[in-house]
Amino acid sequence: MSWSPYDDNGGTVLAVAGLDYCIIAACTRMSTGYSILTRDSSKILQLSNEVCITSAGMQADAKALHKVLQMRNIMYQHNHSKPMSVSAVAQLLSNTLYYKRFFPYYTFNIVAGLDDAGVGAVYAYDAIGSYERSGYACQGSGKGLIQPVLDNQLKADSPLLIPPRNTITSLPLDQALDLVKDAFTSAGERDIYTGDEVEIVIITKEGTRKERLELKKD
Amino acid sequence: MIPRPQSHSHALGPGVTGPELLVPTSALLERPPAPTPLTPSCGGHAFMVDPLQLHEASSHGDAGGPRQHTKYPYVTGTSVIGIKYKDGVMIAADTLAAYGSTKRYKTTQRVVKVNNHTILGAGGEISDFQHIQTVLNELTDEDYRMDDGIEQTPSEVYAYLGRVMYNRRNKFNPLWNSLVVGGVQPDGMPFLGMVAMQGTHYVDSHVATGFASQLARPLFRERQHDDMSEEDALALIHDALKVCYYRDKQSINKFQVAKATASGITITEPFCLDVKWDYELFKQPTKWAVGAW
Repeated sequence: MSWSPYDDNGGTVLAVAGLDYCIIAACTRMSTGYSILTRDSSKILQLSNEVCITSAGMQADAKALHKVLQMRNIMYQHNHSKPMSVSAVAQLLSNTLYYKRFFPYYTFNIVAGLDDAGVGAVYAYDAIGSYERSGYACQGSGKGLIQPVLDNQLKADSPLLIPPRNTITSLPLDQALDLVKDAFTSAGERDIYTGDEVEIVIITKEGTRKERLELKKD
Repeated sequence: MIPRPQSHSHALGPGVTGPELLVPTSALLERPPAPTPLTPSCGGHAFMVDPLQLHEASSHGDAGGPRQHTKYPYVTGTSVIGIKYKDGVMIAADTLAAYGSTKRYKTTQRVVKVNNHTILGAGGEISDFQHIQTVLNELTDEDYRMDDGIEQTPSEVYAYLGRVMYNRRNKFNPLWNSLVVGGVQPDGMPFLGMVAMQGTHYVDSHVATGFASQLARPLFRERQHDDMSEEDALALIHDALKVCYYRDKQSINKFQVAKATASGITITEPFCLDVKWDYELFKQPTKWAVGAW
């Protein structure tokens, strides 16, 4: 019975980038072992009107990481008189994660929002900060169930092609939103750590809109 | 008293010490060097740490040895439960501190008052809980010294404890506790949260630690509402405590319930609950069972 500083609190997070929107969704269930701690815990941090970050994995590390990023975000705004762009947040998160390379944040993160051209941007990370921009990403306990569905539906060209093709989906917002909701209801059927509710944030140039989707509580 | 070589000469008379003698006693030989312009008058002097000596000291494992980290708890408290109700929150626990399987201390208070609006319950290592109480007392002493009528709110105590627990886990030396923090916020809203030993924390209408998370939480999910009356809340707490006592071997039939409302904190005296052990099937268990239990 050796003590471990890490604990997996479960949960699934996902983000989809469109030509003029970005959808970020995270389930609100927080678990430990085979127990549910709470059915209503948020995994998304909205840093500004254009940028969100969401983390699955260990909640204590995720909340600490979010605190650090929010603090750096506020400092940036004081120093530069403008909010951080998605690419700036993406790089900052990568550096913050690698800073703890030898005692990592046990978090699996996605940074998402609208880039400077108003096109949706999604960046997916591993626990120590390796990241890549793509058209969609999912992390967390339901990743294995959702990723193939997104790959099939969002029809990304191969990243091996030269010249590189855009992976941003051309689906309209309402269809992408339906896909996200279907992905979560499907994951909720088979993944025990996904369920209860899904918190959805939709970022467009008009601003930010929030929705909640109920899932099964079992 | 540091021995100084002195003369007790008859010439000077009784009870009088003369000037220091220059005889080579231990006091003289081991005296630290007199302060010169280059050494401080406090007696400090330059030294070097010899890594080999340090390594030898550490392998002996004595007072100069390596820092010891918490590996497992010794004296432990079991479940803590908490619910919100119409007027505030209630947090309850039994009064047992167990030493492994021994029911060692049967009158420990595991739910305590932090300040006039916040209560705290803890399971896990009792010595770490006592340390947390010390740390929280320092926090509330600061409020007292400020003397401006403002105290730490329950959510502030919860956030503070969350940081304390997380920072200890970062040093690989955790406070081995599960904490339940509750109270009434300045705006009148009840607050209830839980902080675990890795820094995991959440806020909810009902919380439970340890065995109660398996036994009592389902009862809360069914019967707890944020606007339930005090009688209903107390009945629910009693039922939850009872089921924990029936099914948790490391518990006793002696409980305390702390209640926080806008008008203040009350913690009940220890009380017991009616429990029933004289079921027919308990009396002669093997009579009705195929084979033996």
